[in-house]
Amino acid sequence: MATATFKIWRGDRTAGHFTDYTADISDGMVVLDAIHAIQASQANDLAVRWNCKAGKCGSCSAEINGMPKLMCMTRLNTLPLDQPITVQPMKTFPLIKDLVTDVSWNFEVKKKIKKFKPRKPDAPDGTWRMDQSDVDRVQEFRKCIECFLCQDVCHVLRDHHMHAEFIGPRFLVYAAALEMHPLDTEDRLEDLRKTDGIGLCNITKCCTKVCPESITITDNAIIPLKERVVDRFFDPLGRLFRVFSK
Amino acid sequence: MAEYQTFEHDVLIIGAGGAGLRAAVEASASGVKVGVITKSLLGKAHTVMAEGGVAAAMGNVDDRDNWHVHFSDTMRGGQYLNNPRMAELHAKEAPDRVRELEAWGAVFDRTPDGRILQRNFGGHKYPRLAHVGDRTGLEMIRTLQDHGIHQGIDVHMECTVVTLLKSGDRIAGAFCYERERGRYKLFRAKAIVLATGGIGRAFTITSNSWEYTGDGHSLAYHAGATLMDMEFVQFHPTGMIWPPSVRGLLVTEGVRGEGGILVNNQGKRFMFDDIPANYKNQTADTPEEGWRYTQGDKNSRRPPELLTRDHVARCIMREVREGRGSPHGGVFLDIAWIKEKLPNAAEHIKKKLPSMYHQFKQLGDIDITTERMEIGPTTHYMMGGVRVDGDTQMSDVPGLFAAGECGAGLHGANRLGGNSLSDLLVFGKRAGEYAAKFAKSNSAANIDMAQVDAAAKEALEPFARTGENPYQIQHDLQEMMQDKVGIVRLENEMEEALDGIMKLRERAKHVSVTGNREYNPGWHTALDLNNLLTVSEAVTRAALLRKESRGAHFRDDYPLKDEQFGTFNLIVRQGKNGEMNVTREALPPMADELKKIIEEMK
Repeated sequence: MATATFKIWRGDRTAGHFTDYTADISDGMVVLDAIHAIQASQANDLAVRWNCKAGKCGSCSAEINGMPKLMCMTRLNTLPLDQPITVQPMKTFPLIKDLVTDVSWNFEVKKKIKKFKPRKPDAPDGTWRMDQSDVDRVQEFRKCIECFLCQDVCHVLRDHHMHAEFIGPRFLVYAAALEMHPLDTEDRLEDLRKTDGIGLCNITKCCTKVCPESITITDNAIIPLKERVVDRFFDPLGRLFRVFSK
Repeated sequence: MAEYQTFEHDVLIIGAGGAGLRAAVEASASGVKVGVITKSLLGKAHTVMAEGGVAAAMGNVDDRDNWHVHFSDTMRGGQYLNNPRMAELHAKEAPDRVRELEAWGAVFDRTPDGRILQRNFGGHKYPRLAHVGDRTGLEMIRTLQDHGIHQGIDVHMECTVVTLLKSGDRIAGAFCYERERGRYKLFRAKAIVLATGGIGRAFTITSNSWEYTGDGHSLAYHAGATLMDMEFVQFHPTGMIWPPSVRGLLVTEGVRGEGGILVNNQGKRFMFDDIPANYKNQTADTPEEGWRYTQGDKNSRRPPELLTRDHVARCIMREVREGRGSPHGGVFLDIAWIKEKLPNAAEHIKKKLPSMYHQFKQLGDIDITTERMEIGPTTHYMMGGVRVDGDTQMSDVPGLFAAGECGAGLHGANRLGGNSLSDLLVFGKRAGEYAAKFAKSNSAANIDMAQVDAAAKEALEPFARTGENPYQIQHDLQEMMQDKVGIVRLENEMEEALDGIMKLRERAKHVSVTGNREYNPGWHTALDLNNLLTVSEAVTRAALLRKESRGAHFRDDYPLKDEQFGTFNLIVRQGKNGEMNVTREALPPMADELKKIIEEMK
């Protein structure tokens, strides 16, 4: 049976290092299979998050050969197996242990975004009517599995650590899903501009590239939100400015 | 006496899947203090895997549908071992539970006139499943999660229950450990709702995640509650079987709902060969009629691929056993063939079944719009669970409730697809409501600290031993259950399994864990073993006693249904000396009104 070498990050908050493990590989294997095999036979205490193993829960996010990916959806036959495969935790979040990071910041951010507020029901029985064509856009955003790979790769968070000023691509997509929901009546534009820091995104599209659900994060969610913010807050000011400067 | 970080809640919910979150939302809306414990992060529960939809007789697509039809479909699918009161409440309340999700922000697929779209599914007479493509479970869990976080519910993530605590007869709290630091947490609660899901990890080939180790079943059993219908484990007919690393991964029934057919290695569509008598009237006579049904023709009857899951799984096993299987031991599921019928079939398939397209493309190098899928049965769902009162969801232990997969009663001997998501909404809500009522009318019970200290000590013992690796014991149990208590059962094999479980119990007593307490999956696996062994024993003992074949339970030595066995449920209780007792209990009486509905719908 063929084998491959995995360089896996082992460590906790205080210190860590890569450890080499060798695992047998078979047809169709994904990185998470190899991690499980190593865990079951060589390193029982190797910490890793996973649930569905089908790309639907977004638990097993990691950086594989430096690329943010879901371990359960990364086939070994897409990687060069003649060299060691590095598997390390997401860099943007504090390490708990081995491949597990503290992603609790994301849950706190979500709580601050104003919740869904529907308009009055359309029909006497308390239900609404929506066209499929009107919900297609929102359904794209609602595919998000909250793997936080977009947050991991976003340089505003990853390199500049602006977690206090910027909610990150995941929550811009979340805000977009609410703002563009055909039934929603809440207004989140002021928050997006001020507390959510939408202006900090400079559209490098790294988030879109790593999204395992292929959500067009930048083009379909962030840019339209930026346009709404600009229309609301900057256009009228510009007009006022022009009035006074005449 | 040791000191533990202690939390107080009126209602404590164990599990944050659909049932747990729905219970939490309901309890907290009634003004009590609610805590939720979840083994994983919030929003990752197994509910996200549910694909096809949520069954609710709203009649948006076919106005002949109503609760009477849904009720009788559920009873027929469950071979009449269901708790009729639960089947009634479920059929009546599911539509409101679905509509309320829309009020909380869920975005279901739409009908042409803008209402919630509903699709066909196995065993449902009319198109009944509200859905979002094939990711309905994700939509539900996200909706409940996002609604719940604004209600002031305390969520304890990555926290696992070691044992339930009682005061006299009634529930008093739960003793847990959190994974991050491996520290203990003590929860005092006036009422507890178990919503821990199923037991799929007792088997090798399963669609279930690592969390599905029968925790709620086992915790309730050890706390003195009664389990019921434990012999009924659902094997979903269509799991992926190739490549090996994805074996067991679910292929939604929605593929068949959209027109997918099952064929053997001779290219024959074999499901027409064996149609059960009680479904003859509802099943298409010809492939053409079946196709028309999937495309919404109200005058056609459903194709035999949409018979109940137990039956379809057995037909697949028959083809494999008789040498007509696919190369890797399954059969073929073909949706690509619909290109003969539809001009833009490839686009249609991608739109209707996006995550299936994605899953096969990425994990199996197969394009389902042009190629057939290889599929076979996979452990999917546990019909059995904690026996509860149909209205309140309270178990035999005062203050201990159960909802969703870890509860029993709604599904009887076999669950219909789509009835799980509606189950967790309807009974999650009821459990939350009645747990809150219980909490309001009872004061907090005392915690027996000696019991807590003993549990704390025992849970740490694996660190002090040098013994066997927990993963090996888990693996051996799974292989044995798969082989001997799986889809086709035999007396002597199950006796061997029972013997094997006893030996594994001995081995589990000597399990050892390496490393320290911080985020240690080996330790977790060691602690899960007791739950897995308990539910495996209950499944095996109940399966031995049911000497007939009914629903998901198939005995090769008793291949026929036996009327006499249709009059009782098997219940499982712990005896005075810790032994496991399985006894018969007559079915609950059915209201005359319900009997009449069943007669009318025959």
